[in-house]
Amino acid sequence: MKNNYDILIIGGGPAGALAAKTAAEAGNTVCLIEKRAAIGTPVRCAEGIGKELLKEFIKPDPRWIAADIERARLISPNGTTISLEQDKAGNEVGYVLDRKIFDRELVWQAAEAGADVIVKTRATAPIMENGAVRGAKVLSVGMPADIRAEVVIAADGTEAQFARRAGLDTVVPLREMMSCAQYLMTDIDIDAGSTDFYLGNEIAPEGYLWVFPKGDRTANVGIGISGRKSRDGSRAKDYLDRFVAKNFPNGKTIEAIAGGVPVCRPLACTVADGLMVAGDAARVVDPITGGGIGNAMLTGRLAAQVASECIAAGNCSKEALMPYDAGWRTSRMGTILERNYKVKEYFVTLDDAKLNTLAESIANISLKEFSVLALIKELITRNPKLLLELKALKDTLS
Amino acid sequence: MSTMLRINRDKCGYCGTCVAVCPEDALELIDVYLSLERECIACGICARACPLGALEVVHEE
Ligand SMILES: Cc1cc2nc3c(=O)[nH]c(=O)nc-3n(C[C@H](O)[C@H](O)[C@H](O)COP(=O)(O)OP(=O)(O)OC[C@H]3O[C@@H](n4cnc5c(N)ncnc54)[C@H](O)[C@@H]3O)c2cc1C
Ligand code: SF4
Ligand code: SF4
Repeated sequence: MKNNYDILIIGGGPAGALAAKTAAEAGNTVCLIEKRAAIGTPVRCAEGIGKELLKEFIKPDPRWIAADIERARLISPNGTTISLEQDKAGNEVGYVLDRKIFDRELVWQAAEAGADVIVKTRATAPIMENGAVRGAKVLSVGMPADIRAEVVIAADGTEAQFARRAGLDTVVPLREMMSCAQYLMTDIDIDAGSTDFYLGNEIAPEGYLWVFPKGDRTANVGIGISGRKSRDGSRAKDYLDRFVAKNFPNGKTIEAIAGGVPVCRPLACTVADGLMVAGDAARVVDPITGGGIGNAMLTGRLAAQVASECIAAGNCSKEALMPYDAGWRTSRMGTILERNYKVKEYFVTLDDAKLNTLAESIANISLKEFSVLALIKELITRNPKLLLELKALKDTLS
Repeated sequence: MSTMLRINRDKCGYCGTCVAVCPEDALELIDVYLSLERECIACGICARACPLGALEVVHEE
């Protein structure tokens, strides 16, 4: 095993893969390590992504697209359904991916660009010198080793232990951790062109339950609830089992997974001397939708771009790496994260009656644009009082 | 009497949620094996967050 690189990347998810590909294409020596034995499994995702977002990073390929989505439906506690149709909106909806293949493709592309990829290799601690990160101590198939690098990009997902051990606070408060469970079910009656979101405190307290199709009679049926609502007898799995028993009693589950989606604010700072943090580890998941694949790819790519410039300039200090942090924060993604965080903080306070009233007020709309912002604006138009309750949002909604 | 964290690996779905909320960085997810590697204060936060109920703080005589 080589033990000296320009850039070392911890984690082989979408953030790490895009970082590795971008860094290798810029001419750096790159190593990506992944603690699991196989890239992409087990999946910890419902696999939905917007088409436009996806296309910013990779050309859609039928090998890893499970379903083409035409509409999204929001179902309120009393069953009021808001249907958002692609042909009425100006933009496209999305895909449901097959992430086992998608994640591999991304890492494959990184390898093709020249990055070394090593699986079953876990970073246990940063190598620290004078307060700066200089690489990682790893266990590679059980063998301890040191891998040194000018810059380490921590893309280690929800766990986010690498940045934490380098001194950054990555702990997710219990109430802002979405505790999730999901079944890949088959032989169920679904609308194969619709991603469905069920809301309500009986169904999914402070979260939502989703049905994301992956074929005519197959779908990811999953749920996320706030960690503070999670208790014996009312855990994510319990809520999911109740929904499945009621709605898909004869369905067959061919995969059962669990997961945690951090819906807190992003890390206060995503760089340190010799270190950058990207993807879920940086806590850049959309707090409303729980979507993080696109943001992971965006931050992974940007981190590698800035790292390449800093390595070329011979300065990888925190200050030199700062343009990465400032870059994503001021980007469209950064603005949306901040706005949707505030929207989420408001929505988790609503009881079922209020959710029903809001849903009924927009039940027959046709949105010109398919986005959370368009939906919020429509809600405010129909419920002007909402703006008083959403004061904090006023400036960000223009 | 002592308190400790019990991991039920037959229930665990190796998702790492518990790792991310542990204030002590006591847990380690090694591929599909969750392990208590460092000092645990038995605060039970991980057990609350677990989607599958695989963790339990137990009191032993
Ligand atoms: C139930 C669920 C449903 C979701 N649904 C959606 C959805 O529909 N759409 C969407 O956009 N997003 C969704 N997300 C979020 C999405 O899965 C993540 O945002 C995305 O995977 C983040 O990519 P990443 O590269 O940052 O992290 P990950 O994909 O988590 O990759 C991190 C990698 O780092 C590895 N790693 C961790 N620690 C170490 C270490 N010490 N050494 C080496 N390797 C390490 C891990 O094994 C992992 O492979 C969902 C998440 C969950 C849990
Ligand atoms: S949160 Fe629960 S299911 Fe997930 S790794 Fe921890 S113990 Fe296992
Ligand atoms: S009980 Fe508390 S300290 Fe112990 S592993 Fe769980 S979260 Fe960490």
